[in-house]
Amino acid sequence: MEGLRKRQKQAHINPEEQLKAALKQETKIEKAEVRIKFQDVEGNQLAEEIMIDSTASKMDLNKLIDQIIGAEEKQIYQFYLDDKEVRTSIKEALDKAMKTNKNIKSETIIPLTYKPEAMFRIRPITRASSTLEGHSEAILSVAFSPDGKSLASGSGDTTVRIWDLLTETPLETCVGHKHWVLFVSYSPDCKKIASGGMDHAIFVWNAEDGKQIGKPLKGHKNFVTSISWQPMISSYESRHMASSSKDQSVRVWDTNNSTCLKIFTSHTASVTKVLWGGEGLIYSASQDRTIKVWDFDSGSMTQELKGHAHWVNTLALSTDYVLRTGCYDHTQKEFEDSKQMQKYAIERYEKIKDPQGERLVSGSDDLTMYMWQPKQGNKHMARLSGHQGLINMVTFSPDGFYLASASFDKSIKLWDGRSGKFLTSFRGHVQSVYQIAWSADSRLIVSGSKDSTLKVWDIEKRKLMFDLPGHADEIYAVDWSPDGEKVASGSKDRMLRIWRN
Amino acid sequence: MRKRAARGVKDSAKKAQGLVGLKGKLYAKERYKEKIKMKKNIKAHEEKSATVTNDKKVEDGAIPAYLLDRNEVNRTKVLSNMIKQKRKEKAGKWKVPIEKVKPMSEDEMFKVLRTGKRRKKAWKRVVNKVTFVDENFVRKPPKFERFIRPTGLRFKKAHVTHPELKTTFCLDILGVKKNPQSAMYTSLGVITKGTVVEVNVSELGLVTQTGKVVWGKYAQVTNNPENDGCINAVLLV
Repeated sequence: MEGLRKRQKQAHINPEEQLKAALKQETKIEKAEVRIKFQDVEGNQLAEEIMIDSTASKMDLNKLIDQIIGAEEKQIYQFYLDDKEVRTSIKEALDKAMKTNKNIKSETIIPLTYKPEAMFRIRPITRASSTLEGHSEAILSVAFSPDGKSLASGSGDTTVRIWDLLTETPLETCVGHKHWVLFVSYSPDCKKIASGGMDHAIFVWNAEDGKQIGKPLKGHKNFVTSISWQPMISSYESRHMASSSKDQSVRVWDTNNSTCLKIFTSHTASVTKVLWGGEGLIYSASQDRTIKVWDFDSGSMTQELKGHAHWVNTLALSTDYVLRTGCYDHTQKEFEDSKQMQKYAIERYEKIKDPQGERLVSGSDDLTMYMWQPKQGNKHMARLSGHQGLINMVTFSPDGFYLASASFDKSIKLWDGRSGKFLTSFRGHVQSVYQIAWSADSRLIVSGSKDSTLKVWDIEKRKLMFDLPGHADEIYAVDWSPDGEKVASGSKDRMLRIWRN
Repeated sequence: MRKRAARGVKDSAKKAQGLVGLKGKLYAKERYKEKIKMKKNIKAHEEKSATVTNDKKVEDGAIPAYLLDRNEVNRTKVLSNMIKQKRKEKAGKWKVPIEKVKPMSEDEMFKVLRTGKRRKKAWKRVVNKVTFVDENFVRKPPKFERFIRPTGLRFKKAHVTHPELKTTFCLDILGVKKNPQSAMYTSLGVITKGTVVEVNVSELGLVTQTGKVVWGKYAQVTNNPENDGCINAVLLV
């Protein structure tokens, strides 16, 4: 009797369920499942391999990774399959990759690289919100403060002007230099502005009221080419600053006492750029074709990086943006004292920092750039060639993943920030590109050129986004504010323009 | 020597007080000059500057640090900015470098070509001057051709000088805008001295204030091309 009932039960199958099962089987045949393993940018595998439906979208992948990592904050990621971005679904990327690379087949385990993107999105700038007159000679240098609230410009009329960004009007004029002001730089705590000029002197100004702090820093025997402050992670005081000059020396100053602490003389030609790195090292690039690495504490030269065949014009560090902005980021936290600021700055730095050491890229007149990792040794990591004119400026993106170079051959080239591989070329300018600046989310670049136009380029689509004419003459200086809202451009026509969305 | 030098001050003071007349005046003048020098020296020391105390006048043409040490061409404003344009509008005329041109007679311009069985018909003319024809030019059938433009006298390029940069470029001609001799010559494309010609300036990389790239500009011919074998022109900025 029981056996009969069992058989009856088995015989009684719901016809609907039967149909559904049949359908499922059919659809299963259409969907192709692939085995993927997630790995981060450095190649470390995240978890074991996962079977996933190949029509899964980017959002699904995002959710998956969030689950695996189990991070508290939600993060957006970009996915790459064999260096090609996964835009819509894995299937498409797989098809593309299979065409080019024979090793990738749908049956093998496919490595999928994930890269965290910035959580905030900066709106692109589209219009000039104001034209600030005031300078009586060409504007040579423009700088936003690390918190993005203040703007300073140095000009050929020997003055430094501070501008109020809320009303977009002039705030203060700092008089003191006796010749052109070549370089302005804010201290990491946004309280001081250092300006170096053609008169061999450096002046330190109070950022709020424009008054001079201390005495003018005299000591250089020729014009000052660049200034770099000690980053907040090394000191919460914003006291020390390094300057390079045509007199072949690098000087480190104490701005509280207005004295010169150290003088590094080893270069045999003009020093074009100085950068204070995050590990207590000072990097200096010179026209004698070398880059020298100095240790601030001991005062000695630790390394000499040789390789270039002509003047080294510019330097960039992978942690540049984080060192410059210190504790200020898109979350706009309030801090009680400078020690808290330093703590937060160190946190931000640790996230971006490469465990193998900072990466340094130098651009030169010999049309190439070299990527170095000074911690690892004297030899360059990669040689980035391709430009057809001298390279004027090199900058890393704020997240350190991309590298952009501006050159006198009218193009801007985008490179991978970790390996130095060439990604794409941005063409559009009709004359030499002088300066470039990244937006805080690493998705946009703005470039200023000799042809008097600014152009905004989209990194995701690798195309020109906006063309911003308006200046009457060459654009000498460009800067994007760290809060991503404004771009300032200074030009030979004596105007400072602020651009917004 | 030291003591002598120390006493020298008293001696010169005595001299200055004692000298009279012309000698006195001359001595006083010299002493005045010395005093000025001393004063300047003292002031310079007081400034305590480590830099060379040369009173460099702040020069024009300020350039940023990355352009110093580079011998770039002296860049004057290549674009006509708003002020220049306003001035032009006020002036009213189109100002050209060569305003007046020598009038040319027809027999200087054309050569009569006799045709027909007995060479009696004289309605054809051969242009004696340099001409410009565009790329898609096709001759009319010979029976109907009134003006013959010989290929030997056809030019496509002109040597154009920029008046402010003082550099010359070899640029393609886009078309003949106006020949001062006659409108007929303009339509034929004859280029003589004083002709305004449109040239392709994309080489120069000029951009207007609104951001558009300028690729055609007018230039005025400054030589007699039929004598020289080349067209020299001056760019009208």
